[in-house]
Amino acid sequence: MDTTVTTANNDEKIWGGGNEPLAASYGKMMMWFFIVSDALTFSGFLAAYGFSRFKFIETWPIADEVFTHFPFLHGSPQPMLYVALMTFILIFSSVTMVLAVDAGHQMKKTKVAVYMLLTIIGGLIFVGSQAWEWKNFIKGEFGAIETKGGSILQFVDKEGHQVALADFAIKHEGGREALKGNAATWFLTDADALPAYSVEDVMAGFEAHPDLLVRTEQLTDKKKKTILSREESVQRLADAKYVVEGANLKRNEYGNKLFADFFFFITGFHGFHVISGIIINIIIFFNVLLGTYEKRRSYEMVEKVGLYWHFVDLVWVFVFTVFYLV
Amino acid sequence: MAHDHVSNTKRIWFVFGLLSVITTVEVILGIIKPASLEFNHFLSLNLLNWIFYILTLVKAYYIVWAFMHMEGEKSALRWSVVLPVVFLVLYLLFILLTEGHYVYGVFKNSTIKWNF
Repeated sequence: MDTTVTTANNDEKIWGGGNEPLAASYGKMMMWFFIVSDALTFSGFLAAYGFSRFKFIETWPIADEVFTHFPFLHGSPQPMLYVALMTFILIFSSVTMVLAVDAGHQMKKTKVAVYMLLTIIGGLIFVGSQAWEWKNFIKGEFGAIETKGGSILQFVDKEGHQVALADFAIKHEGGREALKGNAATWFLTDADALPAYSVEDVMAGFEAHPDLLVRTEQLTDKKKKTILSREESVQRLADAKYVVEGANLKRNEYGNKLFADFFFFITGFHGFHVISGIIINIIIFFNVLLGTYEKRRSYEMVEKVGLYWHFVDLVWVFVFTVFYLV
Repeated sequence: MAHDHVSNTKRIWFVFGLLSVITTVEVILGIIKPASLEFNHFLSLNLLNWIFYILTLVKAYYIVWAFMHMEGEKSALRWSVVLPVVFLVLYLLFILLTEGHYVYGVFKNSTIKWNF
């Protein structure tokens, strides 16, 4: 019955659901318990990430080398900056949300509406930033070789800077083209786009550039990736099996496939929460404009959706630490 | 009513400032990664990661206590929300991280190889 707050005098219906043992309305308490279960879901994902990372502790990708893009700063790697910006956007939208709740306590309709709108805009900017981060991750930057055993081999110059496949691979004539549905065999198509270069192209380019070395996934005790000598590089490249460009659920040019899988899954699940939060915020925003809560004499609905929104921010704080910092 | 309906804006901006400062410190540490912190360990976790985890928990505390207004709730509600999560997360982390470390040892020390 009492799913929304009422201003009726409840003192006389102790047994009729009017009792509030924790001094919180039914709706607010249920939002808290939903948050508990959702927090445990995210904890399960992050703990699973921790499991896989501990399992491959010596070969795990270095986040600072993976997420280096910043708008308008093309070509100069900027680790941390972009995700820091995203974090600030989300914290700030949390602040406007709590200001909306605060204005609701004082029954200031216009103020609530303005702060809700700012929160929605902040959320949209965050999801947009997330999409841009995904785009860069999926597209990749340098490209790499995957061996028969599933290891990733990247290419570096004498100074240890990574070199993109496009900068040295020698394109052969007559390579295989991606099989499309319109080419006679509609039932035999390539599920994935073929990489721009074949293994032969990369090998030929590697032989033509004696300065190039191979960098393996193995971390040194200085927490850097191991760079092999030229002889070792040639030896490792004999096992080359695929050319990997960018990251997807099957292959990942940055290193361990699980890193990409967890990144897509956890940030994706978080992004899904942000999107649903934005939608709920928009609904509540229109309710505020229509004066629903003015009539109810209580803005508790704003408080409830605020709880959800802060929870999304809370999860991001942990995702930020686990994926980008440690 | 459980909450007084006076304005809290001052505290909100204080918490926002605090969260911003903490995030900035985290980002700066994450960019420069001081070797003295990164390569010294306490309880097999390096000092830099200790700092990151502690700062994260401080941020989480302020988000839940100030923004989600947990400090204004009855303590029964507060702890029935916080304690199960804290206990189960610690339990989960203990089990999975121990197991992950064990599997790492299996791949490292036996003839079974994963990536080669």
